[in-house]
Amino acid sequence: MNSFRTEQGGRLCRDRPLGFTFEGRTLQGFKGDTLASALLANGVCLVGRSYKYHRPRGIMSAGSEEASALVGIDRGEGRFDTSTRATTQELFEGLKAVSQHCWPSLRFDAGALAGLGGPVMSAGFYYKTFMWPESFWERVYEPVLRKLAGLGRAPVATDPDIYSSRYAHCDVLVVGGGPAGLTAALAASEGGAKVILADEQSEIGGDLLSTPEVQIDGQPAWNWLKSTAQTLASRDNVTILTRTTAFGYYQQNFLGLVERLSDHLGAARPGSPRERLWRVRARRVVLATGSIERPLVFSGNDRPGIMLAGAAKTYLKRYGVRVGQRPVVVTAHDSAYASAFELAEAGVEVRTILDQRAHIPAHLSKRADRLGIEILAGHTIARTCGHLRVSAVYAASFDAIKGGRKISCDCVLMSGGWTPSVHLFSQSRGTLKWREDIGAYVPDVYTQNAVSAGACDGDFLLSEALNRGAEAGGLAAGATGFEPGGQNRFGVAGEFPLSAASLEESTHATAAARGKAFVDFQHDVTAGDIEQAVCEGFHSIEHVKRYTTTGMATDQGKTSNLNSLAIASEALGRGAPEVGLTTFRPPYTPTSFGVLAGHSRGKLFEVTRKSPIDSWAEENGAVFEPVGLWRRARYFPRDGEDMHRAVSRECKATRTSIGISDASTLGKIEVVGPDAAEFLNRLYTNTWTKLGVGRCRYGLMLGEDGFIHDDGVVGRLAEGRFHVTTTTGGAAGVFAKMEDYRQTEWPDLDVWLTSISEQWAVIALNGPNVRKLIAPFIEGIDLSKEAFPHMAIREGKIFGVPTRLFRVSFTGELGFEVNVPSAYGLAVWQRLMEAGAEYDIVPYGTEALHVLRAEKGYIIVGQETDGTQTPHDMGMDWAIGRKKPDFIGRRSLGRPDMLVPNRKQLVGLLTTDPAYVLEEGAQVTAENTSAVPARMIGHVTSSYWSETLQRSIALAVVEAGRKRIGGEVYIPMPGTVYPARVAEPVFYDPNGERLNV
Amino acid sequence: MSHFSFPSLLAKAMGANKGWTRQWAKPQPKSRYDVIIVGAGGHGLACAYYLAKEHGITNVAVLEKGWLGGGNTARNTTVIRSNYLYDESARLYEHALGLWEGLSREINYNLMFSQRGVLGLAHTVHDVQILKRHIHANRLNGIDSEWLTPEQAKAFCPPLNISACARYPIVGASLQRRGGVARHDGVAWGFARAASARGVHIIENCAVTAINRGAGGEVTGVETTRGTIGAQKVALSAAAGTSGLMEMAGLKIPIECFTLQALVSEPVAPVFPCVAMSNTVHAYISQSDKGELVIGAGTEQYFSYSQRGPLHSLEHTIAAVCEMFPLFTRLRMLRNWGGSVDVTPDRSPILGLTPVPGLYLNAGWGTGGFKATPGAGHLLAFTVAQNRPHTINAPFSLKRFQTGRLIDEAAAAAVAH
Amino acid sequence: MLLIDCPYCRQGRPEIEFSHAGEAHMERPADPETASDAQWEAFLFHRTNPAGIHFERWYHIHGCGCYFNAVRDTVSEKFILTYKAGEPRPAVSEIEALMVEKEPE
Repeated sequence: MNSFRTEQGGRLCRDRPLGFTFEGRTLQGFKGDTLASALLANGVCLVGRSYKYHRPRGIMSAGSEEASALVGIDRGEGRFDTSTRATTQELFEGLKAVSQHCWPSLRFDAGALAGLGGPVMSAGFYYKTFMWPESFWERVYEPVLRKLAGLGRAPVATDPDIYSSRYAHCDVLVVGGGPAGLTAALAASEGGAKVILADEQSEIGGDLLSTPEVQIDGQPAWNWLKSTAQTLASRDNVTILTRTTAFGYYQQNFLGLVERLSDHLGAARPGSPRERLWRVRARRVVLATGSIERPLVFSGNDRPGIMLAGAAKTYLKRYGVRVGQRPVVVTAHDSAYASAFELAEAGVEVRTILDQRAHIPAHLSKRADRLGIEILAGHTIARTCGHLRVSAVYAASFDAIKGGRKISCDCVLMSGGWTPSVHLFSQSRGTLKWREDIGAYVPDVYTQNAVSAGACDGDFLLSEALNRGAEAGGLAAGATGFEPGGQNRFGVAGEFPLSAASLEESTHATAAARGKAFVDFQHDVTAGDIEQAVCEGFHSIEHVKRYTTTGMATDQGKTSNLNSLAIASEALGRGAPEVGLTTFRPPYTPTSFGVLAGHSRGKLFEVTRKSPIDSWAEENGAVFEPVGLWRRARYFPRDGEDMHRAVSRECKATRTSIGISDASTLGKIEVVGPDAAEFLNRLYTNTWTKLGVGRCRYGLMLGEDGFIHDDGVVGRLAEGRFHVTTTTGGAAGVFAKMEDYRQTEWPDLDVWLTSISEQWAVIALNGPNVRKLIAPFIEGIDLSKEAFPHMAIREGKIFGVPTRLFRVSFTGELGFEVNVPSAYGLAVWQRLMEAGAEYDIVPYGTEALHVLRAEKGYIIVGQETDGTQTPHDMGMDWAIGRKKPDFIGRRSLGRPDMLVPNRKQLVGLLTTDPAYVLEEGAQVTAENTSAVPARMIGHVTSSYWSETLQRSIALAVVEAGRKRIGGEVYIPMPGTVYPARVAEPVFYDPNGERLNV
Repeated sequence: MSHFSFPSLLAKAMGANKGWTRQWAKPQPKSRYDVIIVGAGGHGLACAYYLAKEHGITNVAVLEKGWLGGGNTARNTTVIRSNYLYDESARLYEHALGLWEGLSREINYNLMFSQRGVLGLAHTVHDVQILKRHIHANRLNGIDSEWLTPEQAKAFCPPLNISACARYPIVGASLQRRGGVARHDGVAWGFARAASARGVHIIENCAVTAINRGAGGEVTGVETTRGTIGAQKVALSAAAGTSGLMEMAGLKIPIECFTLQALVSEPVAPVFPCVAMSNTVHAYISQSDKGELVIGAGTEQYFSYSQRGPLHSLEHTIAAVCEMFPLFTRLRMLRNWGGSVDVTPDRSPILGLTPVPGLYLNAGWGTGGFKATPGAGHLLAFTVAQNRPHTINAPFSLKRFQTGRLIDEAAAAAVAH
Repeated sequence: MLLIDCPYCRQGRPEIEFSHAGEAHMERPADPETASDAQWEAFLFHRTNPAGIHFERWYHIHGCGCYFNAVRDTVSEKFILTYKAGEPRPAVSEIEALMVEKEPE
C-alpha cells in the first residue's frame, strides 16, 4: 500500500482486496470502498473533465451530491452506465471505469482549449452570437455545439437487465438512516407501528459512519450503530432498505423509492432485477435526510485535490484514506477543524487553516496550536496553482486579496458550512424559512403529514439529531395510533462542538474573487457569470439559474444552489430570503428510465387483450393488428399470399359461400329493468319503445355536442332486457357514459347495466350458405326467413351450448352473429370450421370485414367519423327518433353551424380509373388542379379494391356531398390528379336483397 | 439596448464581462398606457414587440405576476411544427412557423431555433389513416409534410426500434422537416429585450387583481398589486390565469386547466437528431443542445394548478419512450416538472375579441402554445391594434362554442403536441 | 398518486382506480329544446375552473362503479371531502371547517 491508505481503521474489509481498472490502469481497493475512495487511495486525483471548459476535475465530495467525479462504468455488453458518481459507486472485483467528456485522453484533453476562450463563453453567450450568417446556425454552429454537448454517452446495445416494482404501505416511512433516522425508526417501531427505513448508502449509519470517535450512551459510535441496527432488524414491523433513494415526494404522502439491487455487484444475478421501484404510501413520514456541505467560492476552487472538508474526514474515518499529504484547509465553519484535527492526528501534515471569519473560537485555536497548525483568521484563498492536481494556494486577507502568501499543498479542504437537505420536504410542498445563523433554509410549514429531524431541520449536532429523531419517530407512531417510543434521551460524548457561520461570511470572498471561481462545478458556472446575469437584468433567482445554468447539472445544484443565491443576493443588494430559492424538483438523484418503466417493457409495455378465439387465429397464421389494447386478426394469408390477395379471397368466399370471423372484441352491455327502453330512448338517437321483443335495431349514440360517439346493434331479449353492442374501442367509454346518466341524470329510471363484453364470444358468420351450415346444430330456434328475419335475435343452443343468436350483417350477406359463453367460444368456432369445410368456409379478418362493409356503405365510427360528424352528415337521419323530446346530443343538432348547407357529408367515390385505389386520408378538391395551396372540400375515409365489383371503391366526406352525387371531384396526389365520380355510398346490393333471404 | 454579436462578446470579455447592461428595462408602472398586456410569457411579450414594431403602439405595459417567462414558456418541451390538419389551424401555425424562421436575427437574440424535423410515428392502421390525412392536407396547404416507411424513419432517427415484434410496431411515420425546437427561455428574454428596446414597459411582480370597467361596460384599466393602471385596451395572455382574469370581467369561459408533465434525462452526447412523437404509445422526445433528452406526454386526468404531476403517469411516459427507444433504459431521469395548461373543448386556442369592449383574449393553447409564440403575439397585436381579428385568427373566436363551428384537432386524433 | 375516499366504498383508494368526470353540479337543462344557444353553450362548455376550491365528479371505474362528488383544492390537490351523487353542494362554512381540520399536525 501507498501513503494514501491508512494502515488500519475504516469500515473496509481489508482481507478482501478487489481489483479494478480506471482509464485502463489496473488498481486495487478493498471491499467497502467506493470507486472514489479506491481512486484516492491509489493517489488518483484527476477523474473527469468539466462540461464547458473541459477543466480537469477531481473528487469533491463523498456522497450523492458529487458534481465533478462522474465516470462511465462498463459492466459488459449492454451494461454501460454513463455519468455515474464515483463517490456512490461501490467497488466490486473487475469494475471497469472510464472517464468521459475528454479527447484524446483525460490527461491531455483537446477540449480544454475551450478554456482559453473562457471570457467569451460568459453567461448566456450562445444567445448573443452564432446568428450570422443565418444558414450557419443549423449547418455549422449548432452541429459543432452539439458535438461538444453531453457529459456522457447513451448506451448502444440493448440493456439485458430487468427492473422490478412494488407497492408498499406503512405507518411511518423514515427517509435517511443517519443518527436522526435511526432513532426515529427505533422510536416509531417500538410500539408496533409498521416502519420502513430507507437510506441511499450501502449501510445505514449516515454521518455516524464517519465519526467513530464519538461515544453514544457510553458506547463507541460504531458499537452503538451495530446494536441499533440489530435491534431494528430484529423487529418484524421494520423494513430496512439500504441502497435505496427516496427520489420523489408526491401527493398525500406517496413517495417513490429506488432500491439498487445489483450495481454494487458485477452484474445482477440472472433473472433478478437490477433495481426495484418502491411506491410507498406512508401515514407519516419522518424526513432525516441530513445536510450537504457547501464549497467555498474562490478563484481556482475547482482543481483536482480540492474537496469538501467533511468528505476528507469521511475518506479518512470510513474508508481509511488520507486524501493528501499536505492539505491546506480553508473554511468559514467550525466543522472543517474537525477534519483538520483528525487528519493531523492520523499523521497528515496539516500546516495551515485559512478561516474566512475574523474571530475563531478559542477552543479551536488552542487545539490547533497543540497540533502545530497555523490559523490565519480573516483569510481566504486568492488563487490556486497546479494543473492536474492543486500544488499551491495563495492565502490572502480580504483587504489584500490580490497578493497573498504562497503555500504549497497537495490538497485543499474547504467548508462553507452545511445546507440542510430540504429537497423532499420542498417536493412535499412544504414552505421554507431562512435561518440567518446557519445561512440556509429549513422547513417551516408542513402541508403533508411529515416531520423533519436532524441536520435537514438545521440541527447539526449529533446529540440533537439523535434526540430530535427519537422525538419525531415517537410522535409519528403516536399519530398513527401506536404507543409512542423515544422517551429516552441519548447521551453523546466526544462530539465536535459547532458554532455556526452565516452564508454571508462563507461567501463574501466572492466579491473580490477574480478569475474562475466556480459555483456550479459541473456546468462551469462562475461567480462572475452570476454577477453578470444580475447585471444583465436577470433578477429572479429562476432567471439567474436559467441564464447561467447554475444548479441545472446532474447534481441539480446540491452543492451550488446556496452559493449562487448568496452571490446573486449580494449583487442585487437584497437579502437571501428576499431573493428566494428555485423550486426543488424530483428526482432527488438521477433515476434510471429502466426502473421507472419497470415491467412495462417490450410485449408487456401494455397488456394485450386477446379474444377466446385468438389462439386458433395464431395457429392458423393470422396476421394481427393492434386495435386499442386488443389484438385482432387482420387477415389469414395462405401459401405466401400478400394481404391484397388474401383479402380478395376472403371477401370472395364470404360473398359466394361462407366467411367466418371473430367479433368477440365488440363491446357488450346488458341493459335490464322496467325502464330499460326509456333509458335507451334517452341515450340513443333511435326510438326503442316500439322495438319488438326478439328484434334488433342499429343504434346511434351522440355526445352532448351532437357528434356521433358510438354505434352498434341492440337486441331486445325481453320487455325489460336489451343486449347492447358497442364498437371495440368505444366499449369502456359507452359503459361509463351510460352509468353516468343512469346514476346522476336519471336516477329515477329503474334500470341496471352490466358489462358483458368478456362473457360472450361472438362468431360472425356471413354468406349465402350460412343458414345451411348452422341449421343442423341449432336447437330451439326456427331459422326460417319468416320466423327469424333480418335484424332479429333469438336464444337457443348451438352444439348444445347456450347462444344468443343475432341475425344481423355487417357485410350485406345473410349473416348470423353467434354469441356463446366465452369459455365455449373456441370450441364452437372449431366445430363451425369443421362443419363448414363442406362449404369451403373461409376465416376472414378485420381487413376483409372493412372491405365488405364499405361495399355496403356501412360506416365505422372513428374511420368515417372523427368526432365532428352529425347523423345528418353521415346520411343517417333515418336513425333519429324525431318524435322524442330529448336524447343525448339532440339540442346541439340545432346549433347554427350544424345546419349550414356545406357541412361535409358521406358519399361514395368511384375513380375514373377503376384499377386505382385511392389512399385513405387523401384530400378531395372541386377543381381539377395540382396547384398548391388548393381548397380542400373533403377527404377519403375508406378506400379498397373490391374483388366483388372488380374495381376500386372509396367512401369520403365531402362538403355538400350529397348534392354532388353524379358529379366529379378530384384527388390531387403528388404528381397526378385523380378524378372520381361522386356516388351513393352503397356500392353493392343497394336494395338489400341478399340480406333478406 | 446594445447589439449582440461576436465582436461585442469579445469586447465585453476583454473587460472581464463587467460592461454588460440590462437586457430589458425595469421601469416603475405609469398610471396609464395605451395597451396593457396581462402575462409576460412568450405570447404576451411577442404581442408587445409586434404592437411596437408593426403598429407603432409603444405606450404598452406587460404586467407579470411573477418573473417573466416563468409560466408555460419556462416549462414546455419546445416542439415547433405547423403540420396541423384543419385549414384554420394550419394557417395559424404556419404563420407562426414563418415568423420563427429568421426571428433570431430579427430580434438579435439567438433562439437556437433548430429545424431538425418532427416525426409523427404510426403504429396502427388507424394511425396511418390519420397521419396520411394530415400529410395530404398539409401538402395541399403548402406545408411540408411527408410519409416515411419504417426503414426511412429509422434512417432519420437511428435509435428508433422498428422491430415488428414490438408491442406497437412502427408501421410508418410522418415527417415535417421544417419542424423542430427552440430554446424556450431565450424566446421570452429575446422578445422582452426587443420590446423593451422599443419602449414597452415590462413590469414583473405585478399581479392584476381587478379589471376596471367604464359606464358603458368598456375596459378602463386594471387594479394591480402595484396600484391602479389605466388603459383603453387590455389583452389577456395569461394561460392558466385566464379563467380567474375573465371572472374579474364577469365572464365564464370554456377553459379548464390540467397538469402537463415533462422531464429531461442526464445529458449525453448527441444521440437523437430530431423530434419524435407518438399518439398511440403516448410520448414525445427530442434532445436539447445541452444533450438532455427532453420528454413529455399528455395531460393528467384531473384539473390542477399544482404544476406537478403524479408518479404513475410519469412511469407510463418513460415506459412509452423505452418502448420506442429501448436503448434508453439505462439513461437516468434528471429533472421532472409540471406546468398548468389551459385547455378548450376543441383543443384549439381562443384568440380574438371578447364581449367586453376593449378586452382581448389569447388563451386555451393547451399543450401546444409554445410553437405558436411569435404567431400568437403577432395576431394578438393585430387584433388589439385594429380592434378586429386578423383573417388568420378570426375562426378562433369565443363565439364558435355557441355556434358549434369547432376546430377540433383532437377529434381528428392529431398528435397532441 | 392521489388517494381518494370513495363515499360509497368508504375507504381511500388510489387514483388509478378512478377516472375524473369533470365539474360537479352542472345541471343539464330539464328541457334542452327550450334552452337558448347561449344557455346550451354554457351547459356544454362554460366551466368555473378555479385555482382553489373545486366541486368535481369522480367515477370509481375500477371499483364500485359509482359516480360521486368531491371538493378538492386544485392548487394543493388536496381533497376536502367527497359525497354521494345527488347530495347537495356543501356549504362554504363546512368546507372551511374541514380545511382547518385537515391541516397536518
